[in-house]
Amino acid sequence: MARPVTPLLWLLFSAGGTVAALLFPVHALLFGLAFPLGWLEPPAHEALVGLLRQPLTRLYLLVFICLPLFHWAHRFRYTLYDGLQLKHLFGLVAALCYGTALVLSAVAAYVLWGLS
Amino acid sequence: MSAPSPYTLHHPKWYRHRVSVFWWLQKRSYTLFVLRELTSVFVALFAALTLWQIRSVAAGEEAYARFVARLGTPAFTVFHVVALAFLLFHSITWFNLAPKAMVVRVRGKRVPDVVVAGSNYVAWLVLSAAVAFILLGR
Repeated sequence: MARPVTPLLWLLFSAGGTVAALLFPVHALLFGLAFPLGWLEPPAHEALVGLLRQPLTRLYLLVFICLPLFHWAHRFRYTLYDGLQLKHLFGLVAALCYGTALVLSAVAAYVLWGLS
Repeated sequence: MSAPSPYTLHHPKWYRHRVSVFWWLQKRSYTLFVLRELTSVFVALFAALTLWQIRSVAAGEEAYARFVARLGTPAFTVFHVVALAFLLFHSITWFNLAPKAMVVRVRGKRVPDVVVAGSNYVAWLVLSAAVAFILLGR
């Protein structure tokens, strides 16, 4: 990785970590457990479509998906370097991690854009 | 006399202590460190799952019903229990590290760590309640 992008990647890591820390547990608890297992009444499909129609919701979801993906890319990259001692695969690991985050972010932007 | 042996570059062999790939299992604090770093895997999986969820909502009522039914299967329930544990581990360690990562000063005085971490926990509570309110109020 070229030097000048390092602060940007760190910023994305930090911002994504904050977004995930603040918002992921409640989403996982509701959509992953409470709604499918019937603990709470899930929102109707119509209501979710209504939410998705609002630009603010779509902006929220774009931030919700993209920033945490870059958080993962940065953190997982260094976990692979240190944990599995893959320092010799420096370029490949970085390309795979940031590449995955980039591709999924592009898909998210495309899907959310298409909802309007 | 035989031909002089060709000159070969000699590189000294330094002693390198070999570290096992499982170095992080040898001490509790190392294991916790690696588990904390691995929370990012569940962060990425959950982000991808949310993207899939948005796509199924957009694909229509039937597709979304299928998606919700799939999330109700035991495999996804187990996944979500494990994922939630890792996500909570991420949130707690992240908020506790916040005062160390960001030193806040008010009128030249450093804001105590407890206040910085505490404000993160308050924000967590408020945002979680807001998300729940929006989703349950419908």
